[in-house]
Amino acid sequence: MSDIKTQIRSFIDKNFMVPASLGLKDSDSLLDHQIVDSTGFLELIHFVESDFGISVDETEMVLENFESIDSIARFVTEKRSATSVAGA
Amino acid sequence: MCGIAGIVPSDLARVPARARLEKMIGVLRHRGPDGFGFHTAPGIGLAHARLSIIDLATGGQPIRNETGSVWVVFNGEIFNYVELRQRLEAAGHRFYTQSDTEVLVHAYEQFGLDFVDHLNGQFAIALWDAEARRLVLARDRVGIRPLLYARTGEGLAFASEAKSLFAGDWLRAEIDPVGLAEVCTFWGCVAPRTPFAGVTALPPGHIAVFENGSLQLRCYWDWQFAEQGETTIRSLDETVEELRELFIESVRLQLRADVPVGAYLSGGLDSSAVTAAIRQFSSTPLKTFSLTFAKDEFDERAYQQEVARHLDTDHVTLPVAADDIGEALPRAIWHIEAPIVRTAGVPLMLLADRVRQTGFKVVLTGEGADEVFAGYDIFKEGKIRRFWARQPGSTWRPQLLRRLYGYLANSPVSRGALASGFFGQSLGQPDDPYFAHRPRWAMTNRVLRLMRPEFRGRIDAEHPINVLADLAPRPDARWAPLCRDQYVEAHTLLTGYLLHAQGDRVAMAASVEGRYPFLDHRLIEFANRLPPQWKIRSLEEKYILRRAVGDWLPSGIARRTKQPYRAPDAESFFRNGKPLEYVADALSPARVRDAGYFDPSLVGRLAEKCRAGAAIGFGDNVAFMTVLTTQLLHQQFVAPV
Repeated sequence: MSDIKTQIRSFIDKNFMVPASLGLKDSDSLLDHQIVDSTGFLELIHFVESDFGISVDETEMVLENFESIDSIARFVTEKRSATSVAGA
Repeated sequence: MCGIAGIVPSDLARVPARARLEKMIGVLRHRGPDGFGFHTAPGIGLAHARLSIIDLATGGQPIRNETGSVWVVFNGEIFNYVELRQRLEAAGHRFYTQSDTEVLVHAYEQFGLDFVDHLNGQFAIALWDAEARRLVLARDRVGIRPLLYARTGEGLAFASEAKSLFAGDWLRAEIDPVGLAEVCTFWGCVAPRTPFAGVTALPPGHIAVFENGSLQLRCYWDWQFAEQGETTIRSLDETVEELRELFIESVRLQLRADVPVGAYLSGGLDSSAVTAAIRQFSSTPLKTFSLTFAKDEFDERAYQQEVARHLDTDHVTLPVAADDIGEALPRAIWHIEAPIVRTAGVPLMLLADRVRQTGFKVVLTGEGADEVFAGYDIFKEGKIRRFWARQPGSTWRPQLLRRLYGYLANSPVSRGALASGFFGQSLGQPDDPYFAHRPRWAMTNRVLRLMRPEFRGRIDAEHPINVLADLAPRPDARWAPLCRDQYVEAHTLLTGYLLHAQGDRVAMAASVEGRYPFLDHRLIEFANRLPPQWKIRSLEEKYILRRAVGDWLPSGIARRTKQPYRAPDAESFFRNGKPLEYVADALSPARVRDAGYFDPSLVGRLAEKCRAGAAIGFGDNVAFMTVLTTQLLHQQFVAPV
């Protein structure tokens, strides 16, 4: 999980120009801190699909899965586990 | 249209130096290439750069009253000058020119400081009353024409543009952090603030009186609406007819000129309506001017051609490529004198160049209709979100948002649940005066995050959006929600951005005067009394305007949903995967560090994202434009390279 979080954080810092001085925590809402706008969520979805090799359904495009680094990491981990189980 | 500048020295016995006035007006030559005029006397210096439109032979300024005790310079047009002159002559005033300008001195003699109430026009006026030793500055009701001033120990200086104040050595250019923050939120500064510290803008609908060393401002006009539920309106059909008459009358007045008048034609309802109304008054060929773009997302040529054919206009198109925008941006910033969040004004500057090359000085345009008749999606968005707020848990109410923004390639509402999360912000405060505007402000505002902490600290240490929202004009809580939203839009986007960076400054760059029939104050006052449901009927915007003008236009145009005019943004500044030379320089770590506004490393990440073509959304494009144009503004005015 921590590798996944690191990757996600790295993408968010770089892609959304997050200053270190903001002190963004893994649990912080990306929306409330104005890190992403509605288009930014599209970029997040594209990132998790391409970098983690998962496919995000329309029904999974909800705030619960994308609101913070923690929630994105949890979602990615769950999706990858589900994919592994399915392939087993 | 014209440029004005002037000086009232602290010592009213002094006569301001002509050389200083020449420097001040010289840099405004683009606003008035047809000649300069001056008046100097103890306590006053007035300068004028003329763009001859009415009374070409004798209308040169400054202009005086009968005895020479009142002098005026002004930039703009007094459209009702014919009727006003008749009244003033009947009251005994003697005129020596045929100009619209001269009514100002006589109206001041007749009505005193209330003279502005009698004007129908677009104007920035500076009037000197030598007997009272008083300077009167006046700006039109919606801020079509700019009027800036600075007060120092030497006295008060005023001008159409800030570059004039700098050229006259009144003060050095320095960017005001709060002004920059306002641009980064509202898309433009809210008068009296400007992007430059020490430079003040006279707010729209205000006069300023400078007398005995003291400056007093007074509001003579503001957007006013009826209290919710109290609109006194006749039947819809009667109201439609009244609207038609008012609009035609506004166009008739705004066609007054001693030079040919053309029209901008975007292909949308508003400019098509203006063009059709002009057609009612003229059998001589009407020249219309339009922009076209290579990308479908921005291009409206099919609609433009349909209207041009229908109205039989002599149609001129200017194709604008991203390359053209990239090349022209520095010149645009020189004229706009502010950072800009979109490139849309740049093609309009190029179109004004074409207008001038074609031999025209004046164009009528459709600007203002969206503010007056609630055409923008932000108003519909506000309506949907308020509807949603009555049942926050509803899953289908926010789906109405899909009806909006269909024209955008990467529409923010294309991912329903996530977009709902975004637009659902502050859903719990529908009585918030800025309810409709906060999502747009929040999206634009993100660029503040790229600022250096030391510079950011000069704005606010807290979350900026709430503090900055308090700087926005506050609408009356008794008005209907739509009217509150219109009020905020008029005072932020319309004056501070549209009429400035897409209006006066970019047309004046080419010495072209834009005129706005939809911003005739009588039409605004009429529209402000309408019931909200006649402006937005269900989700159909500008309903009553469509009823009024629809018969004049092809049915497809009359029914066409609003597509806001836009132009390519960040992509305009990169070629073959590389930034343009001046862009690479302006955004280089050294330049960004030296300017001191933004963090070089964060700017670098943003520039790289744009270079790679990954800046797909509004937020990134706005951030890129804001950073780049702030850097250019710094290079051109604060620390010329």
